Amino acid sequence: LPREGILISNPYKRITDEQVRQIHRASLQILVDPGLICFSKKAAEIFQSHGAEVSAVADADHPCWHIKIPEKLVMEALDSAPKTVKLGARNPDNALIMKGDEPRVFFISGSETNIWLDVDFPTYVRKSDSSGEIQVPEFHPRRATVADLCQSAHVCEHLETLDGYIRTVNIQDEDITGDNKDVNKFFASLNNTTKHVMSGLTSLEQLDNVVRMAELIAGGEEALKENPIISFITCLVKSPLQFVEDTTDAFIEICQRGLPVVVSSSPQAGTTAPIKEAGIMAQINAEVLAGITLGQLVNKGTPMLYGSVPVRARMDTLSDSYGSVETSQYNIDCVQMAQFYKLPNYSTSGVCDAKIPGQQASIERLFSDIVVTLSGPQFLHCAYGLLDCNAVFCLLQAVLDDAHFQMLKFFLNTPKINQPELAETMKQIKEVVATPQKLYIRYIRQVMRSGEITPPYPFEGDGESDNVFALAYQRMNELLAKPVEHIDPETTADIFREIPGLLPRLNVYKEGK
Amino acid sequence: MTEDDIIARLKENVIQGRKNQDEEGIDEKLSGTPGVVELTRLALEKNISPEDIINKALTAGMTVVGDKYASKEYFIPDMLASAEAVGEAMEILKPILEAANVETKGKFAIATVQGDIHDIGKNIVAILLRGAGYEVYDLGSDVPTEKIIEFIKKEEPDYLGLSALLTTTMTEMEVVVKALKDNGLRDKVKVLIGGAAVSDEYAQHIGADAYCPDGFHAIKLLDSFQ
Repeated sequence: LPREGILISNPYKRITDEQVRQIHRASLQILVDPGLICFSKKAAEIFQSHGAEVSAVADADHPCWHIKIPEKLVMEALDSAPKTVKLGARNPDNALIMKGDEPRVFFISGSETNIWLDVDFPTYVRKSDSSGEIQVPEFHPRRATVADLCQSAHVCEHLETLDGYIRTVNIQDEDITGDNKDVNKFFASLNNTTKHVMSGLTSLEQLDNVVRMAELIAGGEEALKENPIISFITCLVKSPLQFVEDTTDAFIEICQRGLPVVVSSSPQAGTTAPIKEAGIMAQINAEVLAGITLGQLVNKGTPMLYGSVPVRARMDTLSDSYGSVETSQYNIDCVQMAQFYKLPNYSTSGVCDAKIPGQQASIERLFSDIVVTLSGPQFLHCAYGLLDCNAVFCLLQAVLDDAHFQMLKFFLNTPKINQPELAETMKQIKEVVATPQKLYIRYIRQVMRSGEITPPYPFEGDGESDNVFALAYQRMNELLAKPVEHIDPETTADIFREIPGLLPRLNVYKEGK
Repeated sequence: MTEDDIIARLKENVIQGRKNQDEEGIDEKLSGTPGVVELTRLALEKNISPEDIINKALTAGMTVVGDKYASKEYFIPDMLASAEAVGEAMEILKPILEAANVETKGKFAIATVQGDIHDIGKNIVAILLRGAGYEVYDLGSDVPTEKIIEFIKKEEPDYLGLSALLTTTMTEMEVVVKALKDNGLRDKVKVLIGGAAVSDEYAQHIGADAYCPDGFHAIKLLDSFQ
């Protein structure tokens, strides 16, 4: 059985159906006028061969083409794009089945940060009274490594609410190069979690090796198609409205192999997209539709997710402000656009402006996690552990986020109000009012153990003390100590024999390890 | 069933908080089997001494429950279910203990003071104390001071527990303590107070013997008086 996720019974709608249609029409207009600039020759040729108006841009620094995508091509692509997408997993019970017309939400990690945040708890002594000691968490940023990626996949494997794994950090070890990064990041992830693994591709040349590795794990080419244990995320359209060469070429190759792929766009309102909601929505929708159209032209039926990572600019620095309220508004609008097209949606929440775990991080994350979840995206990149927008990953924060998602999932449980339930409680009411003590406590116990009552916040301290970080850190270490099911020794040996560039230290069966 | 089996099952049912055979407890396998009430009666039929029933089954079971509560495996509803089951067993044993002149841990009168109808806390404390082996007399809520004084004169309890939730009614506690003094009863009964509105300081201020933040604290305190 695949993972259940959480079904949103009455998805929150921010914009009206008419506003959805207005955005759709505006996007179609944008795709024709002004159209897009395309830096990929392959993509330009594909569009041209299918009737799009393509013309070379004169006097450009790099060869590029001006493309106008007619409505007909877009509508045909929307028609042929699968409405149900399966993301498989090493453990088939962790597969995700996403239907475009079913608001069933799956919670996913992410993204690819350069920085890993270590935590420790130094002891401080009070100046006025040396007997008064306090432990204060300190956070130390450093460049992320492949060992960190293994650790985060390991912990994410054990996080109850986390349904799928997007690689969390950009591996920057000295022996990692552009030529071996992809195979090592996919292997490190796949070997430490049995959940679905999604990642971007650094080098197109590594695609075949990555796919071959996945085939070896899944049990062959056909088995991988049946159970696609990996998928890719591509941001092929750079805002505003430009197909970039390398990602677009990689996207074309991924589509040719029929593996699931996210067509994502990440415009920033105020800089690379209009600051007004109507404007950024019309543009991001046009950019995603352009990508979906290209993918379906390459290989009709390629499983795709409508990807949206819109963000508002910070007014003080003009960098991303994922913690802004508008960012959640844009994301919900995108969820509604995907629902309009009946395509499974990759949406974003939880990314925050806060640089370290703390109150700001919790407030920003929880706010967007709650509101975006309520709109019912299928694949919610809610970015467990992510801080400082896309810059920092902290494992401790990921553990904290899991606790928040447990609360959110519980809140979204289907209400159990029905005749048998009412009849049983009516009986209780009569029994209790007839007793001298008039307490319902005796009926709590079974319910308490059936999981129908939320447990207390797992990182609650004693009395008035706030030990949230210390307790979450303890939990993080408990999860790290719990074993994970690695890829079996025989398959691991095959992978290390066949796939070039893998770091020997990632082989857990290596002698002495 | 041997004597040891009966004691072991009685203890297990205390841990499970199964007052009688109709109760579910935690372990579903016990559903429909005799609970604490039935097993206590069976133990008496088999001539197991009340001391063994109390010490080896009831108290031993409650000790395990206390440990489980301390380790956060059990919560207050579990503790109360076990205490209530032990309270029922003590009711069955009471006539036998009295006939044999065996003393209980003490008589405890408890009431929510006049003007205050909030009785959840008071009821929980009553159940816990009964389960801990005290002879508990629950006088109810919104109890007039005169009724409390009358009861103390007549039944001579060792302890008096007063509860109040509201800042507007807690002053009635002081009235009760003063009435005890006026009636020459203050030295005959220890007064414990509890409830959201009161505190250690307030207990001292009105001349009560102690403030108990919860039922578990009350048990510890009373046991220390033994």
